[in-house]
Amino acid sequence: MLPSGFEYHRPSTIDEALDLLEELGEGAKVLAGGQSLIPLMKLRFAAPAHLVDINRVQGLDTIEERDGELHIGALVRHNELVRSTLLRDRYPMISAAAPQIADPLVRNLGTIGGSLTHCDPSGDLGAVMLAANGRVVLKSKSGEREVPVTEFLASTFQSSIAPNEILTSVRVTSPTGNYGGTYLKLERKVGDYATVAVAARLLMANGSIGTAGIGLTSVGLTNIKATAAEDALAGQAPSQELFAEAGRLAAAACNPVSDVRGTDTYKRHMVEVFVRRGLTTAAEMAGAA
Amino acid sequence: MEVTITVNGTTNTMDIEPRMLLVHVLREQLRLTGTHIGCDSTSCGACTVLYDGTPVKSCTLFGVQADGVEITTVEGLLTAAGLDPMQAAFKEHHGLQCGYCTPGMMLVGKALVDENPAPTDDDVRNAIGGNICRCTGYMNIVKAIQGAAAARSAASTEPANA
Repeated sequence: MLPSGFEYHRPSTIDEALDLLEELGEGAKVLAGGQSLIPLMKLRFAAPAHLVDINRVQGLDTIEERDGELHIGALVRHNELVRSTLLRDRYPMISAAAPQIADPLVRNLGTIGGSLTHCDPSGDLGAVMLAANGRVVLKSKSGEREVPVTEFLASTFQSSIAPNEILTSVRVTSPTGNYGGTYLKLERKVGDYATVAVAARLLMANGSIGTAGIGLTSVGLTNIKATAAEDALAGQAPSQELFAEAGRLAAAACNPVSDVRGTDTYKRHMVEVFVRRGLTTAAEMAGAA
Repeated sequence: MEVTITVNGTTNTMDIEPRMLLVHVLREQLRLTGTHIGCDSTSCGACTVLYDGTPVKSCTLFGVQADGVEITTVEGLLTAAGLDPMQAAFKEHHGLQCGYCTPGMMLVGKALVDENPAPTDDDVRNAIGGNICRCTGYMNIVKAIQGAAAARSAASTEPANA
C-alpha cells in the first residue's frame, strides 16, 4: 500500500525543524519512529502534504536523571527503554511496560514522543505516564511549555500539541523513599493491542501510601487516570482490602467496549483484577506488603 | 529525491519518490525480491531487514529514511564463502516450511546472535515475537537460530590453523 504523495523534509537541528513547522503550517506532520503514522498514511487515514522527519535531530535520544527529574528524550526508542539500567533500577513501572509495547521490531523504531503524541487509547506509555504524573515538553519557535500528560492526552488520537510544536522531552519527578510500580498487560498475542492493561505505582511516606498512580489502557476513549482509586489509596496503610477497593473504583472509572478481544464486562473485571495485582506488586517492591 | 543507500555492501544512488516504502525500493528498484511483503500492515515481519544492523520492518519505513544507511537483506547473508551460518542452520534444522517468513526470521536471528552468542529458548522466542510463521513451524525456527549460535561459537573457539 502506498501513502498519498508528500514532500519530505529532513532537518538536522531542532531549530530547523521548528522553522519548517512554522512555515508549512497545518499540512505538516512530524515523523519520528513512524510505527503508527506510516501505517495510518498507508491506509490513507492520514495524508499530510509535508513530513518533517526529526530522526536525525541531535539531542533528543537520551534518558537521564537531572535536578530531581527523569528526562526521556522524545526520540528514545522503546527498546532503549527496555535496555535502560536507570529505568530498571529507579522507574520499575516504565521498565515493566517497555518490553510489552508492540513487538521487538516495532520497538526498534517506535519512540516515546511519537507514542504519546499519537494518543491511541491502546497506547501503553500513555497509561504509564498518567500513573507517573508525567509531563511533556512542547517546543515551538516562540518558546516551550510543560504540559501534564493528563492534559496532553486530550482525546482519541488527538493530543493537545499545536501544529507548530514538537514534543522534545517527557519528564517524571524522581521518586524518593520507598516505591514500587509495574505494568500488567493482557494481550492475545505479541504485537496485538492490549485487551486491558494497567500501570500502577506506589510512593510510600512514613509507612503509609504517599502517592498512588494508576493508569488504564484500552478501556476508554483515551488512556484513563483512575483518580478516584488514587485518592482512596493516598494516606492509607497498604492492605489487600484497600487494593481490592482501589480495583473496584478503577473498574467503575473505565468505559470499555465489547469487541473481538472480549466483552465490556470481562474487560472491566480484568481492570479490577489487574489494579489489585499491580498495587500488590508495587507494595512488595516498596517493602510495604 | 536523490538518496544513497548501501544495500548488502553495495552503494546505490538513486532518485526515489518519498512515499515509496523501503520494501518497495528494495524489491522494485533494486530487484532484491528476497525481502517479502506479507501483511503490509506492520504485523508479520516478512519484510524484515537490518537497518544499520538493527532489525526493522521495511514496510513501515520510507526509502528516503534509509539515505546514508547500511541495509542488509537476506541476499546479503550469502557470501563468497557460502551460506551464512544462519542460513546453514535453517537448512540443517529444517527451519522453514513454505519459506515465506524465512528471510525475516534469519535476519532477526542474525541480529540476535550478534548480540547474544548463546540465546536461550526464551531469548529466541522473544526476539522473533514480531515475525509470524503461518505454517506455525516455530519449533524448528528456534532450533535453527540456536544451532547457528552454537555453530558460530564453535567456529570462533577452533584453533586458528584448523
